[in-house]
Amino acid sequence: MSTVKNATDASFEEVVLNNDKPVLVDFWADWCGPCKQMAPVLDKLAANHGDKIDVVKINTDQNPETPRAYNVLSLPTMNVYKGGEVVKQIIGAKPTRLLEKELAEFL
Amino acid sequence: MSDVRNVIIIGSGPAGYTAAVYAARAELRPLVFEGSITAGGALMNTTDVENFPGFPDGIMGPDLMDNLRKQAERFGAELVPEDVTDVDLTKPVKEVTAGGETFLAHTVILATGSGYRELGVPGEKELSGRGTSWCATCDGFFFRDQDIAVAGGGDTAMEEALFLTRFAKSVTVIHRRDELRASRIMAERALANDKITFVWDTEVTEVLGEDRVSGLKLINNKTNETSTLDVTGLFVAIGHDPRVELFQKQIELDEEGYVKVDAPSTRTNLEGVFAAGDVVDHQYRQAITAAGTGCSAALDAERFLAAIGN
Repeated sequence: MSTVKNATDASFEEVVLNNDKPVLVDFWADWCGPCKQMAPVLDKLAANHGDKIDVVKINTDQNPETPRAYNVLSLPTMNVYKGGEVVKQIIGAKPTRLLEKELAEFL
Repeated sequence: MSDVRNVIIIGSGPAGYTAAVYAARAELRPLVFEGSITAGGALMNTTDVENFPGFPDGIMGPDLMDNLRKQAERFGAELVPEDVTDVDLTKPVKEVTAGGETFLAHTVILATGSGYRELGVPGEKELSGRGTSWCATCDGFFFRDQDIAVAGGGDTAMEEALFLTRFAKSVTVIHRRDELRASRIMAERALANDKITFVWDTEVTEVLGEDRVSGLKLINNKTNETSTLDVTGLFVAIGHDPRVELFQKQIELDEEGYVKVDAPSTRTNLEGVFAAGDVVDHQYRQAITAAGTGCSAALDAERFLAAIGN
């Protein structure tokens, strides 16, 4: 069973871009209510599908470079990275069932 | 299928959790469907709540909801973070389906609240999350030193505009009337803010931009004059619509699509079904009025259960 990992501006390349597996990156912040509501959903995703996809959170307040580089304008935004490229973008909180549906091709 | 419960509460804003506190203290062992990502309701997207009685220094919306949730849990409410996908409220024993399982109850309290209304103009959906937003507290941070706009004239619009002045270079409030619907205190604060400009009698007709918002097309609804406003963000705060999709074919609604209750009680036209909070109320829509009717709904359900011998 795997868990949600954390990335920073400094570790983003190593943790996300150079990852062999697809990575779901959750851009979040403390002040964002829907982001807090997403936390258990992401924990569940990592627990159930961690063998197929890595789940990584990045705090946009403490790490402003990465969200700027990827033009993130809304929280939560969830990008899927594969081979260092964004291959899918999900904006806004989603319940488990919908999130799994959107991520079906990676699970 | 499970045993028949006393009460199922659908929703987890101030109405749902207050109903849960009262029902739990009456030892009705309420089952509360909080929703998978909506737990806490509309207040989760707010910052300071200054008008909830008992908090002289104000309280953050998410903290208030967390407190209410804990209070319900303390008295034995069963809280389930699932979305209800189906209901049958028409029979004496109600059926509520969530997470693929069907639950039975003698009474149901509907406290599903309301959702943000959309403008319904070209570009709005396409640029959602790319400059169009419904949550200033979530997204305001990304518009530092930029020119942005807020559509709306109520309390939510003023709250968003004022919050956004912390980040933005300028905030233009676009309102379709020539006066604000907001409470006087909020209106005065917004009108006095140097960073906020008002454009009256005006509606947004299109959100412009390719990958992100670059401007808005506007029309003055008195003169029919059109114009373009260069902004990189649009925060939509034009009101709410009740969340009734689950049960609108089973229950009587009023002319505006809200659940009709036999006020001052919370009884709907269906026996054993009660409704509270913003799904009923388009007059007051305050956290405290939602909590108040949530309390009433729990007491109404308790009396109903006593009358049918439970």
